[in-house]
Amino acid sequence: MPYPELMLKPMRQELTVAGFHELKTVEDVDAWDGHRNATGLLVINSVCGCAAGMARPGVLLALDNSEAKPAYLGTVFAGQDQEATARARGLFPQVPPSSPSMALFKDGELVFFLPRHRIEGRTAEQVADDLQDAFTEHCG
Amino acid sequence: MGTFHQGKHELHGITVVVDTHGEEIYVGRCDDILEDRVLLLDVDVHRDGVDGTSKDEYVKKASQWGVFKKHDRLVVDRSQVASIRRLGKV
Repeated sequence: MPYPELMLKPMRQELTVAGFHELKTVEDVDAWDGHRNATGLLVINSVCGCAAGMARPGVLLALDNSEAKPAYLGTVFAGQDQEATARARGLFPQVPPSSPSMALFKDGELVFFLPRHRIEGRTAEQVADDLQDAFTEHCG
Repeated sequence: MGTFHQGKHELHGITVVVDTHGEEIYVGRCDDILEDRVLLLDVDVHRDGVDGTSKDEYVKKASQWGVFKKHDRLVVDRSQVASIRRLGKV
């Protein structure tokens, strides 16, 4: 069941103010260049505690601290924008769905994936370290 | 650090690997661990050797990508449980 949009607004804004393009519809996902060209980071956002405490702060920290960054930043909201999330997950059908999670694409290929179980129980700094390593390897 | 729902086990909300003394091994999100049972959500189960995959090989793959759930909710009898580990620390 979707959550009240008012409740989600700050969770969405935490990423959009940092430059993430919010993909709320199937059409938005299809139009996003991040999974086709250059490098793109897709964050699958969620309402859970590990999204608030580790995932969103971790990705923001990684983008702040990394010289190499993805060219495109996109986000879908799992449990809320369900059709868009399903479409986005269809970009990497071999990967079990989890949220929050993060997918890094390069030239149309999934090159890095950070599933929920690699986010929960860790610190934002540890999540950021994993992302920065991936940015350095693939976005330099 | 898990999520903070009062009265639940410290692994509440965390994805765990529950190995058993038998052939089954489970990966799912821990709801609670009680004296007599383990409650799991969004659970996959693997049997040792099925599809030529050992328990260790299954856990290794699960730790990289996660699992496709087979059950929304599952209860494992504590007497069957050999170990409970965080998937993220495997």
